[in-house]
This record gives sequence, C-alpha cells and structure tokens, in this order.
Amino acid sequence: MCDNIVRISDSLPENAVNTDKNILLEAQSILIVGVGGQGTLLASRILGNTVIGQGYDVKVSEVHGMSQRGGSVVTYVKYGKKVYSPIIGKGEADIILAFEQLEAYRALPYLKKGGKMIINNQKIPPMPVITGAARYPENIEEKLCAVCDLVSIDALSMASSAGNIKTLNVVLIGVMAKNTNIPYEAWVETLKTTVPERLLDVNLRAFDLGYNI
Amino acid sequence: MKKRLLLGNAAIAEGAYEAGVRVVSSYPGTPSTEITECMAKYPKEEVDVEWSPNEKVSAEVALGASIAGGRAMSCCKHVGLNVMADPIFTASYTGVNAGLVICVADDQGMHSSQNEQDSRHYAKAAKIPMLEPSDSGECKEFTKLAFELSETYDTPVFIRLSTRVAHSQSLVEVGNRQERELKPYEKNIGKYVMMPANAIKRHVEVEKKILHLKEYAEKSPLNVIENNSSKIGVIASGITYLYAKEALGESVNYLKLGMVYPLPEKLITDFAKNCETVYVVEELDPIIEEHCKAIGVKVIGKEKFTMLGEYTPEMIALAVLGKSAPEHTDLSEQIPARPPVMCAGCPHRGTFYVLKKLGLTVSGDIGCYTLGAVAPLLSVDTTICMGASVSAAFGMSKVRGAEFNKKLVSVIGDSTFIHSGITGLIDIVYNKGINTVIILDNSITGMTGHQDNPTTGKTIRGEATKQVDLIKLCNAVGIEHVVVADPFDVKSFEKVVKEETEREEPSVIIAQRPCALLKTVKYTGNCIITDRCKNCKMCLKLGCPAISCKDGRSPVIDKTQCNGCGLCVNVCPFSAIEKA
Repeated sequence: MCDNIVRISDSLPENAVNTDKNILLEAQSILIVGVGGQGTLLASRILGNTVIGQGYDVKVSEVHGMSQRGGSVVTYVKYGKKVYSPIIGKGEADIILAFEQLEAYRALPYLKKGGKMIINNQKIPPMPVITGAARYPENIEEKLCAVCDLVSIDALSMASSAGNIKTLNVVLIGVMAKNTNIPYEAWVETLKTTVPERLLDVNLRAFDLGYNI
Repeated sequence: MKKRLLLGNAAIAEGAYEAGVRVVSSYPGTPSTEITECMAKYPKEEVDVEWSPNEKVSAEVALGASIAGGRAMSCCKHVGLNVMADPIFTASYTGVNAGLVICVADDQGMHSSQNEQDSRHYAKAAKIPMLEPSDSGECKEFTKLAFELSETYDTPVFIRLSTRVAHSQSLVEVGNRQERELKPYEKNIGKYVMMPANAIKRHVEVEKKILHLKEYAEKSPLNVIENNSSKIGVIASGITYLYAKEALGESVNYLKLGMVYPLPEKLITDFAKNCETVYVVEELDPIIEEHCKAIGVKVIGKEKFTMLGEYTPEMIALAVLGKSAPEHTDLSEQIPARPPVMCAGCPHRGTFYVLKKLGLTVSGDIGCYTLGAVAPLLSVDTTICMGASVSAAFGMSKVRGAEFNKKLVSVIGDSTFIHSGITGLIDIVYNKGINTVIILDNSITGMTGHQDNPTTGKTIRGEATKQVDLIKLCNAVGIEHVVVADPFDVKSFEKVVKEETEREEPSVIIAQRPCALLKTVKYTGNCIITDRCKNCKMCLKLGCPAISCKDGRSPVIDKTQCNGCGLCVNVCPFSAIEKA
C-alpha cells in the first residue's frame, strides 16, 4: 500500500493530508469526473461560480443527455486571466477531482505532470463489468499513487456523517477547496447561492468535513 | 452591467430576451433544450414560451408570430431541423415581419444523437443566413444581432451551436430588455401566400437578399481578421476558433467567421494573400473549405482534419505545428467503458425485460428507452428517428407477413408518440395493418431532462392545461384495442403483450409507470438479496446498475444506487429479494 493514500472514514484524523495551499495559485485547469447522477455538474458549478467571484475569467464545460444515465461524466473547469478553449487536453489538468475510482483511472492521461488527483474511493461497477463482459481493474489507488500525487478519501462515509450521502460532491469540493488559495468564506458564499436553503446546513457540514481533513 | 457565468444555451435565451422576443416555441432536443427552459424563466407577460408537439409545429408558431408583428424564435437540435425543414425552406421566401431566429444545435461527437449531420448545409439549401458563436458572450450578442439582421434583410436567421458551445459556461454581460412595439400587421398576399404565382416572384427576392447578405459578409463585424504577422493562416468559426487560439496562440493569423452563410469571398481571398499556408479548421463537413476552393483560394482542410466527431486543441496543435500533447501518463491496460444505462427504478426496464423474455423483434425509437438496445437487455432491433418505431414496424410486417408480425412490437415514448408516432399509427389503421404499438408512458419527456408535453397536463411554465388522453386518441384513429398495463407487474404485462401481439387487429399497449427521477415518484427503502438466493442470476438480466455480482458469487444490491423500486423482487423466481 502506498504511503500517501489517505483513507478517511467516519473518524477523521486531523491533518491527515499534507495540503499544499498554493497549488491553485498557478492552476488553471480542473477536470471533474464521475458517474452520471453523482452530482459532478453541481460541483463544477460551485467551483465555477466561486472562481468568478475572485475576478478570474472562467469556462466550464459539461456534457448532458445520455451521460446523465449512469455513464461516464466529464466536466472541465478552466480559469485564469483569459481562457479560450473550454476543454482540457491530455497532460493539462492541474487537479483531477474524481468521484469514482475507475473514472479517476480513466482520466489519468489528462493529469499534468506534478498534478494532483483527489478521489472518492468508491467503486461503481459499469454495466460491462456487471454483465461479465469486462473486469473492474484491480488496485487502482496503488497504480495512481505510483504515478501521481494522490489523495483518496471515503467521501461517501463522510457525506453520510454530514447527514446526506448525496452531499458527497460537496465533501469532495471541500477537499479541493482546501488545496486552493481561494478563501473559505468565498466557497461558503457560493454554496449559499447554489444549494436550496433547506439543504444548506447539511451541505455546509459536508463541505467542512472535506475542507478540514 | 453584471457579468454572469452562463451556459451558451442560457446566453441565447438572454440575448433573445434582451432583443424583445415575444414568442419562443420549441421541441426539446439535446443539446438545445435549455434555451427554451431558460426562456420560461422570464416573465410570461413579456415572453410567450411553449413546448410544441414537434419542431415543424414550433417553427410554424414562431413564423406566424413573426408575420403578425412580434419577434419570435424557435430552437431545436440538428435532427430537429429535419422535421422543421418544411416550413423553414418556405419561410426564406415569405421573409418576416418582426425578426425570426431559428437556433439549431449540432451534436459533434454524438453525445446524445443518432447522427452527426452538419446543419450548415441547411443554411445554403434554404438560403437563410447563419451565424455561429464561439462562447456564451457571443451567443448573447449574436442572438441580438440575428434579430436585427432578420428585420433588415427580411429573412429568418439561423444561429448554429455545437454541443460544446451550447453546454459550456462562460462570462456574459447581462443587460436590460429592449421592449418593442409589435410591428403593424398588414395583409400581404404576394408575400405570405406561397402559391406558385407569388412564390416565383418571392424567389427573385430571395436571390437578391442573398446577394445583399454576401456584401454584408464582406464587411460584417462578425467576420474578423487577426493579423499576427505569421505566414500561416487559420480560418475557423464557432468552437474551433477557440480551440485554434488555445493551440496556436499568436503564432498564426486568424480569420474568424462569425457568419457561416453566406460566406465572404473578397475577405477570404485577401486574408489568404498574406499567408503562405492557410488551414481551414471546421468540425464535420468541409463547407468553408469547399467555398475557399470554389473561389480559387488554396487551403488545407480535411486532408489534415477529420470529418468525424469533436476537435480538440491538441489535434490542431499537432496538425498545424506538429506539436504533441504535454507529458502525461497513458494507461497501461484496457479499462472497461461506462456506457449510459437506464437508471435504477426506470419503468422501461420492466418492459424490455418482458420483450426480451418473449423474444420479440422490437422496432425502437428515440428516448431513454433506446438504451433497451444495450446489454444485458439487448432488446431493441432498430432505432432511426423520432416516430420511426411505429411506421418502420408496419413496413417490416408488410414484407415478412403475419407470423413475423406476431413477434413484432413498436416501442415509443409518450412525447415521441405525440411528436410523430401518431401519424404512423394512423397509417397502420388506414392501410389495414395489425401491428402492436407499446407507448411507454412515463409521464414526462425523459431523455432531455424532464420536459412537460401534451400528455402530462402541464405547460412549460408548470401551469395546468388540457391533457391529451392517449386512450381516446388511439380509439379515435381507429384502434379498438387499447390496454393500459404496469411494466413492473411483469407477469400481467407479459400476458398483455402476448395477447395483443396474437391479435389479428392493430392494438396499443400503454405501459404506464412514471420516470423514477420525477419528484412525485417516491420509492422508499432498498431491495436486499436474502440468503434464499440460489445464484440463478435472473435479477442480473434486468441490467439494473444497482445489482452486480463478483467472481461467480451471489448477486448483491448496492444500497447507494438502489431506490427500492422493487422490480427485482418481482422477477426473482425464489422470492429471495425483499424490500427493506
């Protein structure tokens, strides 16, 4: 087992992750990947709206339609002084935020050398695996860990301890947020305007759990 | 002015709103759907917004509004434009009174479509000018300009989007609506009654219009040269312009074409004169490239760039500069694809489970239920276009006869049936067919993300309205046997399908169960597999994303994915699955 796979479950060790606070100072490209229905679109919107509040130019690209139905979902968020293309090419992502292990692995070629991979360690078998036509790759975390800077968390348990497993996207946003130079308050402000009021408390709890790992 | 992060589609809606649009009528279709959904967020006192039964109707409503003096817009996906084509080709002859904009979204890469056609062909064929924005800011500005051009040149104006532009968010300056008086309505038979004597005269006007628009294309602010003192020139429009900028920066000169029909001649010739090599970077068909070649400008196009799918900055950097992607880690093993699947709790799953079990040939249609073609269900035999399930099945029976017909059904969603399935059903009745059509009534237009339609009893603004009664509708066209059945009650559903396919008369089964993602659907709890499981794997045949099994062990249900719909409980032969 790699040393820097950080496993976080209900008991949250303090300072479990050595966070490099400046990682986003120069970062411009964040790839968010997951499985349709996991809430990747909302995550990209929270990120996009927080970034514009900081005065950046920003582009967010998402795919709708078929891929909402349990397919692979890829969302790109790019920001900087001026952004042209809304999509991210191979070797260009500063951060990959992955909601599922296989999708993290699939996205690996897009990670920049020295980039950071933040993953939810959940495994969701795709239909070819369910039908037996393909196998779910083994030891993905170890394979990723060998080639990149990996933070792996159990976002599902964290979301569940926040009070709603659907907040796993916000837990992951919290982990990523801690790795940026954007102030905590800016994220909270965006959450207040993006999530419905009755769900705000649980989402703020989820964000804090991710932010404070 | 406020800057907001908006989807391309939302920016089109904002542009239309600010331009004082009065009527917006559309049929949903990915990637265009959100334009009309966003329109419905503006006050109804200002904009009349509707979901129409199909694109032809939507364009006719918009054209009528324009003739009557109010600015109007209709939006569709690329294949929707095929359905809309009939009124549109003639709308270029009638021209407009108030501005008329048709927004069409192409789906490069076929994220959610049955083909990859290039809508720019329609602009040329229908002789309608076409603008192509490259980001959300341009979406808004081009839409406002499109209304102006429409009125100035007395023509409908197309706006063409790609999936990437429609579904990317970028910053938009949001302004105020410019309220406009209706233009006076005056009867004008020569302009609006397109019978031969009048149409012959209008065609002359159409050709004159296009000449004037060609002059406009030469000097329009939509078409811009960026000179970076390079020997390489790149001609691009829409999203590919941004990909080129990303990939090539200031190392080349650009001609950005914001107007893709009609195309300028002198501007292109002058641009090319100052370059040694000119590339045309356009997704799908070589429309700009062929225009360049026709006017004698040497360009490099499809010999370097594919006609398939979406482009990327990486492809452009490689083709123009020979530069490959930055250092990265390629995967050292094949990993399984993750194709879309029917959601856990999807009502269609019960239907296809039964159709597969009965070994029926299934003439399919466009909607979530197209996924009935995917393993393990593998039930659907054909999918062509909206409505084709009904009419194509009739054609199959004509050739293969009565016995084949007893093993054949059409499946079509409620919204798709209204769109263009009803006409096929009338054909079956009128021409003495005996087909069985299954209408998958899930109480919503599902695939495009939950839009109301004439069978749901609600308008786009959620207001109550008259609801099409599918039973009465089928009865009225001459179907005497209409049965409503619940696809989750698999035993009864199977019985109904057997009975109706055996029948020597045409029949309709309405498979009624709402989409599991509707807020009104409240499944509770989870299904669990108990130790009574004999590992027969019948439940795996459902293709439910919540049920899986590893290495020959008994199946398990993933609690986070299961919504407790209970279909697996109904198919387990050993009653080993329980609701918990």
